[in-house]
Amino acid sequence: MAFREYKIGCWMFGISLSASMFVTIFLPGLDISSVSSTELALEKQLTYGRESAFSYEDPFLQGKGKPIKVVLTKDPMNGSAMDETNAYVFEAGTPFPAGLNHTNILGEDVKALSESKGRIAEADENGTVFLVKIDDASDTPYIENATATRGWTPAKVLSASDHTIMAGSGKTMFVREGCWWCHTLLPEQTQDWQSFGRPPMLGDFNGESPTTFGSDRKAPDLLHVGARNSSREWMMLHFFNPRLVQVHSIMPRYDYLWGDKDAQGNVIDLEAWDVGYQKYVSGETPYPPEVPDYADNTEIRYLIDFVLNLK
Amino acid sequence: MFKYLMAKESDIPQGTAAIFFGISSIAWFIIGTGIGSFNAAKLAFPDWYHGLYWLQFGHMRQVHVHAVIFGWIAMAFAASMMYITPALGNTKLWSEKLGVWNCLLYNIGLALALALLWAGITSGREYSDHVWPIDLYIAFVMVIPWSLNVWMTIINRRTQGIYTSNWFFAASMFMLIIVFLIGNLPEFFHLTGLNEAYMTWWFAHNVLGLLITPVAAAITYYIVPKITGNPLYSHRVGHLHFWSIVVFYSTPAAHHLMSSPLPEWLKSFASVEGVLILVPAIAYVCNILLTMQGKWSMFVNNVEIKFTITGVLLAIPLNMQGGFQQTRAINWYIHGTGWIVAHAHLALLGFSTFAEAAAVYYGLQVLLRRKLYSISLANFHFWTLLIGFSLYWTSMTIAGLIQGAAKIYEVPYVDVVIAEHPYMIVRWLGGTMVFLGNIVWLWNMYMTALHGDVVPAGRQPAEMAYVR
Repeated sequence: MAFREYKIGCWMFGISLSASMFVTIFLPGLDISSVSSTELALEKQLTYGRESAFSYEDPFLQGKGKPIKVVLTKDPMNGSAMDETNAYVFEAGTPFPAGLNHTNILGEDVKALSESKGRIAEADENGTVFLVKIDDASDTPYIENATATRGWTPAKVLSASDHTIMAGSGKTMFVREGCWWCHTLLPEQTQDWQSFGRPPMLGDFNGESPTTFGSDRKAPDLLHVGARNSSREWMMLHFFNPRLVQVHSIMPRYDYLWGDKDAQGNVIDLEAWDVGYQKYVSGETPYPPEVPDYADNTEIRYLIDFVLNLK
Repeated sequence: MFKYLMAKESDIPQGTAAIFFGISSIAWFIIGTGIGSFNAAKLAFPDWYHGLYWLQFGHMRQVHVHAVIFGWIAMAFAASMMYITPALGNTKLWSEKLGVWNCLLYNIGLALALALLWAGITSGREYSDHVWPIDLYIAFVMVIPWSLNVWMTIINRRTQGIYTSNWFFAASMFMLIIVFLIGNLPEFFHLTGLNEAYMTWWFAHNVLGLLITPVAAAITYYIVPKITGNPLYSHRVGHLHFWSIVVFYSTPAAHHLMSSPLPEWLKSFASVEGVLILVPAIAYVCNILLTMQGKWSMFVNNVEIKFTITGVLLAIPLNMQGGFQQTRAINWYIHGTGWIVAHAHLALLGFSTFAEAAAVYYGLQVLLRRKLYSISLANFHFWTLLIGFSLYWTSMTIAGLIQGAAKIYEVPYVDVVIAEHPYMIVRWLGGTMVFLGNIVWLWNMYMTALHGDVVPAGRQPAEMAYVR
């Protein structure tokens, strides 16, 4: 380099870049990591599982290796009636979310309670059922390992369930299909309260990956969409062809997520459906063709479960 | 290209790597803007292409972004660096063979990366969408060999000092590697939550501010003095530009998340630093425009200067927007609207694309020793680019202001979609013009390589008259 000033310049460059990264990475990292998980963060982690994008268990983003959210109204052990309870079933092989694997995600109090009252240290990946509880004395949320505390095994909980919500697999669909290029999941703090609901708080994201905030809102925010519109029928029509329920919508059709066959086992012919739809658009027929019912465990079921679960 | 892969270094003509990078960049520009035009059509007429499920908007949107950033912009940068760095050091490129291999593996890697995004295999993080095996490929196979060539050429230079362009080239490649590897840490180490969201935007901000903006500027620092014959107006103002980029442009990442629940001190800090971006911006624009003193006729009659100076002039609204739109006073209105989309295109399709296009036009003529085949086609390309971009920017800015108004008055969203429809059509027309102009450009460069007038040894293409 020869010149003295280049040596000085290299030092200045290194110092300024390091200082910049100290202020913009290290300090915010400390600050953000010191925040405890909120109840919402615990629910999201247990609903979505370890990662909703590319991962070892699901490299092609098909929604594999995700927990199942279950709504219970009777006790899985004896069948007696109980208050509606959400349980999160991790069948054998489903990887645990970040909060159960990493030291820093839950926060000190939440972690202490989850270990003392919730017995999460006894959870293993051979099949575990979790609950989210609030400690009455300290008003702190924690995770309960119901397999250890109540003997609820995945098989018992699944057979006792009223319905299962595949929102974990559904979030993978949300990421893969690029829903977040248009729909944000981040009501803004300065407005948005009335139409899109409460903006999220600092601890609401602990353990969630990716957060899919979205940056370019070309469509309504969806963070609380399930609280505004809880109709599965509407969602089904809207995903199959958004113009069926909202003529001005610019959303793409997601009819291909129905797969090959509908709930009755009939082959779905999208081209024939579109021919019928074009007749409806041009006014030749008064009604559009019927939207097929989706079969269980199709990708559209996952996605609708995810959207309706956004409360 | 293939015959040089196994050739001896001494048998490879100088400039080979730069030529391959330059031609590849134009090809990727056509692909990237073609996909962009197609995506825009989807937003205007969602059912128009119904049935082409393999071109779903949610899959193609990020393919457009990465095709233009990694394909067009970055490869045009590589092409520029691989002829400008040796020229400024009065030497040869450190290794043409490495450059040729780099170009081949770059094209293969980019095609693979885009194919995976196309299939929906993504990390789910904007701008760092690639999955981690691809991230590692990009860093170690695409970027580090390229950087090595730039750094080693500068170290082996036969001039005493280092010219402004080369500070930027060397430093930007270094910062790109750091930013790329740190910005993708969330994926390597499974960081989650707000840490991940913040790092995503830390990466997105810095890859723009520490690679694309300074390298585009560095290219104009070379092209303008070289073609006009004027010396750079001020070396010292260049220093101010360089150091204020390093200090101010590397810090405001959090201003991309102003309405998220990040710590308030971080947002305020980022916002103040964001306004300070005006320091390098003003230093740079003044320096280049003052270099043009006495040579302004070339803005009209020299196509490379026309492209370059248009880019520099577009940097003025770009930085005025960029400096102020991220303050809380303005950001609450336009955050997440089409205004931001317009701003992003002002940076990448406005300022930086015009600078790079000039560098590729000029570089290919110098390296091929051929005068540009047709000035008419080049002018046609210039105007399709400028008019297409202007239509795009204007329509998206208006759409963004409509969205902003609707956002603060909490208008039902479908009314926004209805109100935006005409602007979505104009956006698509603008994007399509850019795409068609680029096809003409590739044809023009192909004809230049085959039939352009030979530039005699010791002469510059700019000294020769245009024939067609």
